[in-house]
Amino acid sequence: MIALWIILTGALVAISCGLLGSFLVLRKMSMVGDAISHAVLPGIVIAFLWSGSRDTLPMLLGAGATGLLATFFIEYLHRKARLQTDAAIGIVFTFMFAVGIILISTFAGKIDLDQDCVLYGELAYVPINLWILPDGTSIGPKPVYILSVVLLLVVLFIYVGYKELKLTSFDPSFAATIGISTALWHYLLMAAVSFTTVSAFESVGAILVITFLIGPPAAAYLLTEDLKKMLFITVGIGILVSFTGYWLAYWLNASIAGCMALMTGVVFALVFVYTQFVLKNKRLKLAARNTLLSQKIE
Amino acid sequence: MDNFVNFFSFNDPNVRYVVLGSILLSVSAAIVGSFIVLKKKSLVGDAVSHSVLPGICAAFLFAGTKNTSLMLVGAFISGWLSLVAIDYITAKSKIKKDAAIGLVLSVFFALGIVLMTYIQQSGNAAQSGMDRFIFGKAATLIGSDLITFSVIAVVLIAVTLAFFKEFTIIAFDEHYAEVLGLPVRKLDLLLTSLTVLAVVSGITAVGVVLMAAMLITPAAAARYWTHNIRRMVLFAAIFGAVSGLAGAYISYIAPAMPTGPWMVVVSSLIAFFSFFFAPLGVVPKTLKRNKNSRTMMDENILKLFYQISERDENFKMKRTVEELLAFKKMQPTQLKSGMKRLNRQGLLDYSNQQAQLTETGLLKAKKIVRLHRLWELYLTNYMEIAPDHVHDNAEEMEHYITPELEKQLEKYLDNPETDPHGTMIPK
Repeated sequence: MIALWIILTGALVAISCGLLGSFLVLRKMSMVGDAISHAVLPGIVIAFLWSGSRDTLPMLLGAGATGLLATFFIEYLHRKARLQTDAAIGIVFTFMFAVGIILISTFAGKIDLDQDCVLYGELAYVPINLWILPDGTSIGPKPVYILSVVLLLVVLFIYVGYKELKLTSFDPSFAATIGISTALWHYLLMAAVSFTTVSAFESVGAILVITFLIGPPAAAYLLTEDLKKMLFITVGIGILVSFTGYWLAYWLNASIAGCMALMTGVVFALVFVYTQFVLKNKRLKLAARNTLLSQKIE
Repeated sequence: MDNFVNFFSFNDPNVRYVVLGSILLSVSAAIVGSFIVLKKKSLVGDAVSHSVLPGICAAFLFAGTKNTSLMLVGAFISGWLSLVAIDYITAKSKIKKDAAIGLVLSVFFALGIVLMTYIQQSGNAAQSGMDRFIFGKAATLIGSDLITFSVIAVVLIAVTLAFFKEFTIIAFDEHYAEVLGLPVRKLDLLLTSLTVLAVVSGITAVGVVLMAAMLITPAAAARYWTHNIRRMVLFAAIFGAVSGLAGAYISYIAPAMPTGPWMVVVSSLIAFFSFFFAPLGVVPKTLKRNKNSRTMMDENILKLFYQISERDENFKMKRTVEELLAFKKMQPTQLKSGMKRLNRQGLLDYSNQQAQLTETGLLKAKKIVRLHRLWELYLTNYMEIAPDHVHDNAEEMEHYITPELEKQLEKYLDNPETDPHGTMIPK
């Protein structure tokens, strides 16, 4: 039962992150996802100090705020100070992450967050964090409920905004001509990424969030050109790595989030090798057969 | 305060070592980082700094103890492999560079975390303190480690300075470097190796997560102080040194604190200050732009006075604001504030809503109108642009033409009397 809860948590995060990450990968904005997942840290710590508890709502607000602040700041430095985007990303997120780590170390006594948990989460403790109803019965781990709601919201966001997201990702100028605001959808996507990152942060840590944002979509992107198929493959890979990652961690007695991220890398490597060698050979053979056929017809 | 005095008197040899080590490594990282920033490869530094972790852990697993040299070799190898992986993925598939960097960075780091948690739970007593490689502890820069890291830093600085000219050329213009016959690929390889080495040198004091910042942040800040690359590298080195000193100080007064984040915060604050207030930053640029547009406004008002006087053939008459506005459409508030400015400069007599050019004002107004008409004539005669198309361009150029250029125009046009529209060019 414990294993199931952990795998379920991992899979929920993987699916939410993967769905949003697909659009980041297509928009060549993967590193912004990286930046946000680091930049939410000070927000989480400040919300924690402010409210004195680990309630989800203040954390969501605090972290969402700093996540969005980071994207605004990156844009601002790029536009106004003419700083290269990559340097802007690199400076802003390392700064915010450093501030977060300093806050955690300064208030170490008052916070039950530690430096390691920030990086690779506490998936192993998910099953202990139970939601207990007023009458004393337990209905399962809290994070699972929170992450389910997040996943539902992410799916709803993509379902409602599918056309707009697709158009602004592939052809921003066409989207602009038919009256879709690219800036609006940019920031909506950024906000969605921020909130998903925050809700996943506590359970899986920064590293797994980044891997889930980029890894499964990148692998899916290698396999298909169709956005809908890409989203479904991403979901499949997310579930697969949650299972295999958990068993790897169990076997090695190592960090669960780390192992899930590692499995994502393994899956990507396999897909990469497959598309490089198997698919290419197939295509070559197909091309050869087609030329042979056309010669016969002649 | 006692701490402060004790630290900065450098009496304690340990303090001296830690300070020396921190400064050396931040300076060398900043110098190498300057070229990374100029080559627009900032995120590569981020990828390398995360990717050295599995190498460190693998070296520990291999040796069974914390052997610094072996860990450095491991870190160097895995940092290198990550760059090879990024290049391979981007070259062979449709995955873009940003996704490849993010993927390789997180997977390598995850592998490092898996190995580290595996080591921590393996019960090996020597493993305690492994986690200092994540966020850094400058205080551990003592003894034989200090010598190792200082040697790396000195080598880095020496090699970078030796290839300064070559790196400058490939950073700005690779094609030009190829034309010159420079071995671009080999130099690129050298710079990449130096990047990995710079990251490796910082793993104990800064930690792997934030080492990327020590590479790029001082360099990006330095970019806002000068256009000269030598001075830029010098500025970057100074900013790096200040951050390194701050890290060492923090490690001294608060031994429980990780030092990496403090170094990063200090260098980021220097960077944010530079983005706004350095000579090439936002504020001085905006001020300069505003000053330029004010001067243009003033010159346009003087010209307006000249033109209206020319129409009435009377240069000694007082004009009201309404009269001027009727002659040419302008923002009334801008016109009034401009007239007040000109009054202060002694170019205009402005009182009771009425104004008239002074002697010097008239001279200046003549000069602007003259430049405008000379330029119009030049455009029609030499550029063969129709006379009714030259006004807008002259409207801009009149503010930029220098006395030398004016002389040349006169020479080309043979001291002309009238402009293409047949109006007089004032002397």
